[in-house]
Amino acid sequence: MSVLNSNIPEGKMSEKWENYKEHIDLVNPANKRGIDVIVVGTGLAGASASATLGELGYNVKTFCFQDSPRRAHSIAAQGGINAAKNYQGDGDSVFRLFYDTVKGGDYRSREANVHRLAEVSGNIIDQCVAQGVPFAREYGGLLDNRSFGGVLVSRTFYAAGQTGQQLLLGAYSALSRQIAIGKVQMYNRHEMLDVVVVDGKARGIIARNLITGEIERHSAHAVVLASGGYGNVFFLSTNAMGSNVTASWKAYKRGAFFANPCYTQIHPTCIPRSGDHQSKLTLMSESLRNDGRIWVPLHKEDAEKVRNGSLKPTDIPEDRRDYYLERRYPAFGNLVPRDVASRAAKERCDAGFGVNKTGEAVYLDFASAIQRYGKVQARLHGIAESNTEEVTRLGKEVVKEKYGNLFEMYEKIVDQNPYETPMMIYPAVHYTMGGTWVDYNLMTTVNGLYAIGEANFSDHGANRLGASALMQGLADGYFVLPYTIGDYLAKEIRTGKIPTDLPEFVAAEKEVVDRINKFLNNKGSKPVDYFHKKLGKVMWDKVGMARNEQGLKEAIAEIQAIKEEFWSDVFVPGSDKGLNQELEKAGRVADFIELGELFAKDALNRKESCGGHFREEYQTAEGEALRDDKNFAYVAAWQYKGEGVEPEMHKEQLEFVEVELKTRSYK
Amino acid sequence: MNLKLKVWRQSGASDKGKMVDYALSDISPDSSFLEMIDVLNMQLVEKGEEPVAFDHDCREGICGMCSMYINGQPHGPGDRVTTCQLHMRSFKDGDTITIEPWRASAFPVIKDLVVDRGAFDRIIQAGGYVSVNTSGNTQDANSIPIPKADADAAFDAATCIGCGACVAACKNASAMLFVSAKVSQLDLLPQGKVESKQRVLNMVAQMDKEGFGNCTNTGACEAECPKGISLENIARMNRLYLASEISAK
Ligand code: SF4
Ligand code: FES
Repeated sequence: MSVLNSNIPEGKMSEKWENYKEHIDLVNPANKRGIDVIVVGTGLAGASASATLGELGYNVKTFCFQDSPRRAHSIAAQGGINAAKNYQGDGDSVFRLFYDTVKGGDYRSREANVHRLAEVSGNIIDQCVAQGVPFAREYGGLLDNRSFGGVLVSRTFYAAGQTGQQLLLGAYSALSRQIAIGKVQMYNRHEMLDVVVVDGKARGIIARNLITGEIERHSAHAVVLASGGYGNVFFLSTNAMGSNVTASWKAYKRGAFFANPCYTQIHPTCIPRSGDHQSKLTLMSESLRNDGRIWVPLHKEDAEKVRNGSLKPTDIPEDRRDYYLERRYPAFGNLVPRDVASRAAKERCDAGFGVNKTGEAVYLDFASAIQRYGKVQARLHGIAESNTEEVTRLGKEVVKEKYGNLFEMYEKIVDQNPYETPMMIYPAVHYTMGGTWVDYNLMTTVNGLYAIGEANFSDHGANRLGASALMQGLADGYFVLPYTIGDYLAKEIRTGKIPTDLPEFVAAEKEVVDRINKFLNNKGSKPVDYFHKKLGKVMWDKVGMARNEQGLKEAIAEIQAIKEEFWSDVFVPGSDKGLNQELEKAGRVADFIELGELFAKDALNRKESCGGHFREEYQTAEGEALRDDKNFAYVAAWQYKGEGVEPEMHKEQLEFVEVELKTRSYK
Repeated sequence: MNLKLKVWRQSGASDKGKMVDYALSDISPDSSFLEMIDVLNMQLVEKGEEPVAFDHDCREGICGMCSMYINGQPHGPGDRVTTCQLHMRSFKDGDTITIEPWRASAFPVIKDLVVDRGAFDRIIQAGGYVSVNTSGNTQDANSIPIPKADADAAFDAATCIGCGACVAACKNASAMLFVSAKVSQLDLLPQGKVESKQRVLNMVAQMDKEGFGNCTNTGACEAECPKGISLENIARMNRLYLASEISAK
């Protein structure tokens, strides 16, 4: 028997969540006033959870490291949010969204959680509209939809290319309302540095006030981690500079299992790297693949000429271009799921067809979309289709309406005009499907410790579909956690305030202080970034888009060496009093290094290819991922066993009742 | 590129602060402004000195955290860009670049280029929301059609990233552009309209309490706003404020 109990409720898949809600324990309003909850992180999951818990009457303390909760990185999500509303009448349903998500996740997610996600998805849109989120609308005044990779219906709601921003500002406004009436106490510029576990229950956190440097103890009856993903373990990713794994990692060290760390999403449409100074990568929304066609030169000579600047992409005729996604996957074409699109780009570039100076880029071309839209507009305006100048102008207008801000952003970074010349894109680390293991209640293996949003592992399996991260963040925060946490807190109504002078708090605080002193007194010779970059390079080269046994073994050894070097040679200037950004980074990178090792071990253990995890040894003759359902249809949940001791892997066997296990095909 | 930098250094709120000169060489014109500061900081750390503290997070122009006053302009030269989106190709080899924090009494300096913009959060807390619970028991999202033009205008106002460049650009350190963007967004939508009057009174009262200056319609805010938030929002808020004040009396 596995030590992991996913606590999936009994009953038919479509009735589980309703039944569950009807049978959980509730906390009466008067008792809620005596219960404290800590939420770490203010992205979509954390902000929505904090707001809702505050509205329900709990005393909420919310923490973020940024200067305002509105800055969390959900803000940067561009494309949209899925919901099974079927407003387009194109055959969408809860079941279809559920099915697409399980399939898109390459059959490595937990069915019951995904079904619940699909069920509440429609509510999210209602909620957001009620909050004043200005979604895109059609001329009739109703909400507009677009389609996204990996699905055949149009179910994505959006607000230009700034959907994450608008949703986050909606959640932030709900949070602000609770802050104003004192139900949520907001701790900006605070970083959680440990979870405090008392008698097997999460009872609080240790946080550092980033402005004064003070170490603070905060107690609560439950702790919710909404601290996001760990893509920055690669140094270069589309995550914000401050995004980090520290909260999840501390939880891991206190007994919360870490699940499937190797499941990383490499997003196919990012702006390529331009040089060594690069500090982060910028995503171009996947929605661009609705209208952009991806290609590389068909002939290597042309690719070479493009790279050395002697040939312009617009001068390459149609018959000398290879629209490789359309060629390989006629059914889905440019809209194949992210993992498939990313690998295909890497395959072409590795084979020598890449463009850009670095050879690590492919084209995303809007020329045909401009013509197609232009012709429709011309017809509407009674202009002859042969008037190419007018058609092009009108087409550009439509494209601008849809993607204007993205095109602008591209031009600012690359200094090229994508209306005139194709964009260049290349895959980059974007999202981590793995994360803290949670059961159906979103509770980790530590009682009273929850993980929501990107921080947990449960809904996206080995690959996340576009526009599903926003959906999950808000589903967890607004509609799932507020129920499930109540069931737990119902048993806490007699506990009373948790004192912060318990020995566990004292000990945790001492560990935090000791570590800070160690950094500051180390007096090594290299700045933190040196180690972060070094780690990132190992991760990208050997634990990135394609992995193999030998490379992974090397990576583990190299990461161990980086860890040793880090602790003996890192230099952190300044003091612990007051703002010290190098000190903040040092703590985060120290945790990333440890995570990197676990990540590689997990990738080594998983001897199959699935979703974002591609093992070169396990592929078909055509280079498609080869899953091994017989041996690997499980969640690998890793348990920390102590410094220098091998972590123990526990399996949660995944059972597929509703969706038949099949090879994913997008052909 | 080779550059001379003059950077505001201030060790803490109580320190007086001063400009300090640095020289940098071999900066790629393709690097972003913050990546140029990264290089400076890396060099400072290697010399055992304290790096320049500055706010930043997303580095793609959306979180609103970066905030540098560059050569007398919030977010530096360049139209509609945040500091993190500014690239060194906007400067010339040999340039001297002056970098300061936002200057406004409502945004006290915390350290070097980092300021406290908590006042913006408190203004939103005063009313920048629709008073609806997040229970999910709301009506169907499509039950109230909203004219596309209104939805688009609300969206445009809602794209404000809360960076504070409008305040830094204004000789009066007025926060009108920021406040009016939120007031307008919610006023343009039927869901927000219900509370419009009380909202504008509350948010403006908080704005005054935070010590932001008055608006004298110079338009510097609009010119420097990285998101192109329009002055029309201020006009709309003024009308709404007057109407609300009258009906409140
Ligand atoms: S109005 Fe413009 S300048 Fe002012 S805070 Fe918003 S985005 Fe920044
Ligand atoms: S760092 Fe986010 S807007 Fe500049």
